[in-house]
Amino acid sequence: MKVKKEHIRNFSIIAHIDHGKSTLADRLLELTETVQKRDMQQQILDNMDIEKERGITIKARAVTLNYKANDGKTYELNLIDTPGHVDFNYEVSRSLAACEGAVLIVDATQGVEAQTLANTYLALDHDLELVPVVNKIDLPAADPDRVCADVEDIIGLDCSIAPRVSAKTGENVEEVLEKIVEYIPCPEGDDEAPFKALVFDSVYDNYKGVIVYVRVMDGTLRPGDTMKMMATGAQFTVVEVGRMGATSLQAASELKAGEVGYITASIKSVVDARVGDTVTRADVPASEPLPGYKKVNPMVFCGIYPADGADYESLREALEKLQLNDAALSFEPETSGALGFGFRCGFLGLLHLEIIQERLEREYDLDLVSTVPSVIYKVHLTDKTVVDIDNPTNYPDPAIIDFVEEPIADAHIYSPSEYVGTIMDLCQDRRGIFKNMDYISGDRVDIHYVLPVNEIIYDFFDALKTRTRGYASFDYELTGYEKSNLVKLDVLLNGDIIDALSYIIHSEKAYPRARKIAEKLKDNIPRQMFEIPVQIAIGGKVIARETIKAMRKDVLAKCYGGDITRKKKLLEKQKEGKKRMRQFGTVEVPQEAFMAILKLDGQD
Amino acid sequence: MDRTKAGLYFHIPFCQSKCPYCDFYSLTDKGLTEAYVNALCEEMKTFDRIGEFVKKDKKIPVDTVYFGGGTPSLLSPLQLERILASVRENFSLSEDAEITAECNPSSPFLGEFLQSAAENGVNRISLGMQSSSDNERKKLGRRGTASDVENAVKLVRASGIENISLDVMVGVPDSNTGTLKDSLDFVSFLGVPHISAYMLKIEEGTFYCKNIDKLNIPDEDETADMYLFMSDYLREKGYLHYEISNFGKEGFISRHNMKYWELAPYIGFGPSAHSFYGGKRFYFPRDINAFINGEKALFDGEGGDEEEKLMLSLRTYKGVSLEEKNKEFIKLTEKFVSQGLGEIRGGSFVLTPGGMLVSNSIILMLTEVI
Repeated sequence: MKVKKEHIRNFSIIAHIDHGKSTLADRLLELTETVQKRDMQQQILDNMDIEKERGITIKARAVTLNYKANDGKTYELNLIDTPGHVDFNYEVSRSLAACEGAVLIVDATQGVEAQTLANTYLALDHDLELVPVVNKIDLPAADPDRVCADVEDIIGLDCSIAPRVSAKTGENVEEVLEKIVEYIPCPEGDDEAPFKALVFDSVYDNYKGVIVYVRVMDGTLRPGDTMKMMATGAQFTVVEVGRMGATSLQAASELKAGEVGYITASIKSVVDARVGDTVTRADVPASEPLPGYKKVNPMVFCGIYPADGADYESLREALEKLQLNDAALSFEPETSGALGFGFRCGFLGLLHLEIIQERLEREYDLDLVSTVPSVIYKVHLTDKTVVDIDNPTNYPDPAIIDFVEEPIADAHIYSPSEYVGTIMDLCQDRRGIFKNMDYISGDRVDIHYVLPVNEIIYDFFDALKTRTRGYASFDYELTGYEKSNLVKLDVLLNGDIIDALSYIIHSEKAYPRARKIAEKLKDNIPRQMFEIPVQIAIGGKVIARETIKAMRKDVLAKCYGGDITRKKKLLEKQKEGKKRMRQFGTVEVPQEAFMAILKLDGQD
Repeated sequence: MDRTKAGLYFHIPFCQSKCPYCDFYSLTDKGLTEAYVNALCEEMKTFDRIGEFVKKDKKIPVDTVYFGGGTPSLLSPLQLERILASVRENFSLSEDAEITAECNPSSPFLGEFLQSAAENGVNRISLGMQSSSDNERKKLGRRGTASDVENAVKLVRASGIENISLDVMVGVPDSNTGTLKDSLDFVSFLGVPHISAYMLKIEEGTFYCKNIDKLNIPDEDETADMYLFMSDYLREKGYLHYEISNFGKEGFISRHNMKYWELAPYIGFGPSAHSFYGGKRFYFPRDINAFINGEKALFDGEGGDEEEKLMLSLRTYKGVSLEEKNKEFIKLTEKFVSQGLGEIRGGSFVLTPGGMLVSNSIILMLTEVI
């Protein structure tokens, strides 16, 4: 029989990036003495370096707060943190599915932003009760009345109950806890029913194996029970269950309906405990899994190669380790004529890609060369078969291609209205199709475009930020595939195709892009002992050409009073520089040349 | 070249003013000159500073002496005399030794200096002309005009010295092949038997380095063209292009400079001076007080290995002997020959002027297969 678990509240905090989610979470931890003030590091919930630097939460984390409310009762408040980027939307949705309510933070100086809306809609999809909170009231530019009006207008949420707080100074933060207790419904569940719990996060730990974070819907689970993952069918013996403190896990004797906690069961990889899966008991399984599970598929692909071929095995080990903790990361070995041995890696989006690259370089100290990111194209061949192409190198001969489809996204850009013109120029340039535009408040608009994904994966967000001085935000969702007139550009240096530089592009953009690539290569490849033709071709047809002239002067002319060591050192330095270049046939290409091509879009 | 005899180098680190492109060690305050000359003479007597590397059990045979700078012509006649007397006292100086002093054509009392130099055995003078264009000279921070250079050459000859070298710089601000030709015509008119021609190199920390964008420096291609023009021009006038940056008529190749390229021993005295002796390289740091106070020379590594030999010999007209070289090495040299960057002369691989221009790349490629 389902009963109300009156003393529990399960909630998330949702916000646009930089609106103060992590800071507020920190204050809540402090207030409930979940962490002692002296142990308080900034932003406990974000524990990856990259998260701290970028101010975003990449992986969800959860923590239990014990709060003695004004009514005299003590509540168990389970805060489930959510990732703050569109690349991780699915993880956000699973975190929300584990809650009954959410705290919606709005910056008192900024108002409603793209992710405020996107996350609000997600929360409403999950029937969550929303508690609005106006943050950053300590800032001189704060205008809480306007922001409240904004929230009421745009979201239709009653802001009369919204606590006005400063997470930074701690002002009024206790009010947030009171509102959580007051407005967010308590969970319900049946402790005696077959066990059923939603996985909203899983993290690999060197000692315990995978730590599975769950929200229990029904039933009870104890150490020693045999658990079963309903999507994958994998079974494990439960080693430990418990709750999450801010800095450590606290083992418990059981997990019961309504509770949020963790399970360990000597699970070797997060792939066996995917976010969204349902945990049940093997002996008395639930009749059906919780709704909403889907295996997230990578959307953006690129080749990652060690700058030094000798690091290939280290790169493989690093990717394997990262994958232990990141079920969305895919990789498989690939070989490039230009770059040697490396891996084709798949990512949820460009941020995910950048994060993985950064982690490989920082945490595993690897020097990497990456190829241009690509989406998956559906290439329909004349023999009626369809191939998925995520690597331009494998693009079929145009002669046997019937037509090609590319992925399309539905995109919303939220911006002050003064930037509408420049945003529309940008979207037009990126082959966008304008859908509509809504004024969401006096001077803020929601511009709705349909955009090809390959136009937004490189630097769309950067370009948008530049054009709108950082005021616009952006959200997109993959909607399907559409027929498109695409071609593959090949780069030839001294007559040899450099496979790693091949590029799939819309035919209308091929010529200007080809010219630009040729120029960039000419500018970024140092002159060598002989003249190097740079050609950009579609099929066998060269559409742009440049020439890197032969080097004329590379000499230490001066006589430094017999300082031969100095000459030697200069030559050594030159030798080192040479080592950092990639040898393509007869041509040496520095890493910067690759980077320059990756960044082409920025200067369009 | 007599490799049993050493060269001596004396760094005279004083200048009237600092040129904006130059990063050689020099001071515009000449207050320490006397103390410095004392230190040089004392060092030749005691070997306190270089003793770790050079034993003073018997007089070392020496057949070249070079006063570089800085500006050696700022020494007083007496100071120069004392240094050379000390050389003769403490080394076994050959009768036919080449003794060079660098002079600034605009140094005050140049005539007196030259007279005394000649009397004390100096038989070669290197004059810092750099350019005959007064505009270019100004940009280079050179004091005086082209006619000062002409007068200086006359003064050298008046002192009885015929072995004269002029410095020319290639690729300086505002220059082009036309202005370089003017400088070379001027040199040719003066009839000096030796020219040192350095391509301008922007050194870190100099005024030029900080202002590189405002300097109107010819680009890589223009500079290369100027260099090749110069090489042709001077060869036609009977000069041998005997080292990347040096040209000389027969009998006037700088014996001292050749010691550097041919791994012969040399000992340098004074701050920033470098030495190669007994297979070891050592040097004095760029600090005149350290030298005066008796601080010792610093070890700079073993010298004379195959790579060094290759790097140095390819700078000269003698090139590198192909005897005992492996097949890959020979093959690579053949490739350079086919590209017009080198030629085979008397069993040696020698760089053409075009090859000299890209000698770093060539040397690097050859060291990989040595």
